[in-house]
Amino acid sequence: MNEKYARITKDGLWNNNVVFAQMLALCPLLAVTSSATNGLGMGLATTAVLLLSNIIVSSVRHLISPEVRIPVYIVLIATLVTLVDMSLNAWAHELYKVLGLFIALIVVNCAILGRAEAFASKNSVADAALDGLMMGVGFTLSLVVIGGVREIFGSGTLFANAHLLLGPAFAFLETTIVPQYKGFLLMILPPGGFMAVGLLLAAKRVIDRRHAERVEAAATVAAAS
Amino acid sequence: MKLEELRGKLVYQGLLLGGAALLTSALLSFFSQATEADIKAAEAADLKQSLSQVLPGEYENDLLKDTVTLTGKKGEVLVYRGRRAGKVEAVVYQVIGNGYAGNIVCVMGVSREGKILGVRVISHKETPGLGDKIEPAKAKWIFDFDGKFLGDPPADKWAVKKDGGVFDQFAGATITPRGVVNAVKGGLEFFDTNKAQLLDEAGTKP
Repeated sequence: MNEKYARITKDGLWNNNVVFAQMLALCPLLAVTSSATNGLGMGLATTAVLLLSNIIVSSVRHLISPEVRIPVYIVLIATLVTLVDMSLNAWAHELYKVLGLFIALIVVNCAILGRAEAFASKNSVADAALDGLMMGVGFTLSLVVIGGVREIFGSGTLFANAHLLLGPAFAFLETTIVPQYKGFLLMILPPGGFMAVGLLLAAKRVIDRRHAERVEAAATVAAAS
Repeated sequence: MKLEELRGKLVYQGLLLGGAALLTSALLSFFSQATEADIKAAEAADLKQSLSQVLPGEYENDLLKDTVTLTGKKGEVLVYRGRRAGKVEAVVYQVIGNGYAGNIVCVMGVSREGKILGVRVISHKETPGLGDKIEPAKAKWIFDFDGKFLGDPPADKWAVKKDGGVFDQFAGATITPRGVVNAVKGGLEFFDTNKAQLLDEAGTKP
């Protein structure tokens, strides 16, 4: 049982990461990752929606006919996003002013439909909730890393404006990496996003291959002895 | 077992889709009503705060209560007036610019003499990281308008630099600042056209 949870966690964070393995959600990703703070905001909002949609889809999975499942999921997800949007606007207006831009973008995030279809519709509620959470956290981490890389190269700062998103207590996160930096606009623009994603994806592949080689080598040694 | 059979039936699928749509829209309309008052209140508080930012200094009246509605180029404009010693010293109204992604709603404060006291963006849907430099929290750009009037810079220079004007555009986002500059220019022209009514000096006219 524990092994299953460990697998779901590992899948979400690394092996089957939304961005670096499934290559989903590239549209909102390129739009918002011009800074690490924006990536974090988008990631948190997406995680909340992903968690809720996975729980709901999983709990009604026996009622849904396979023939009409996609429209039903889409209606569910769009409703969830709108509810999150309205409740933030009404009861957390300060946060809404920061996150509001990102929330509408979540509807176009195919990763949410992807998880509903590929995981939540076939697994128990608890598994689906964990999967939603871990996929969300994995997505958030990817967004922060991509946003961080683009921000450092593009503007020479890291986590600029973090206090707007997380409150004044997190102002310490805001660092200037390169003082007096003139800026490198290409990294802020969408092409820079593609370049950052491509290079990071290549890095992940290299790490994965090294790991596989090491495991294989260990296996051969064990077999030989 | 019975459910399995039922799921294959066309009627069930139709009802399922209809039911899902009905349920979600009911939920949405209920939620929309539940949040409407709070959203309005939050936006009113925002407006009050923005008003005080574009109208520095003290006024003897409650700005939200001393209003006049005039007809501008794009429909009705609600104007808030700040008075000192009974005289209208400054007016505040909304102007709307065409941004990259929908409307950019700004408020601008204009003094009796037609000088800009301040401009703030209330709501916009511009690209995060590029177009959102019109927010004072992210960049100082919006303060460039302070103290400007029609004449300084001259009317044909009221544009972003790319269009031959004096205002900076942002790297990677020209449409957003262009929208704001045009909106502010339109707002000043509105002031010129309706000066008498705005300053409450049109005699008996309401």
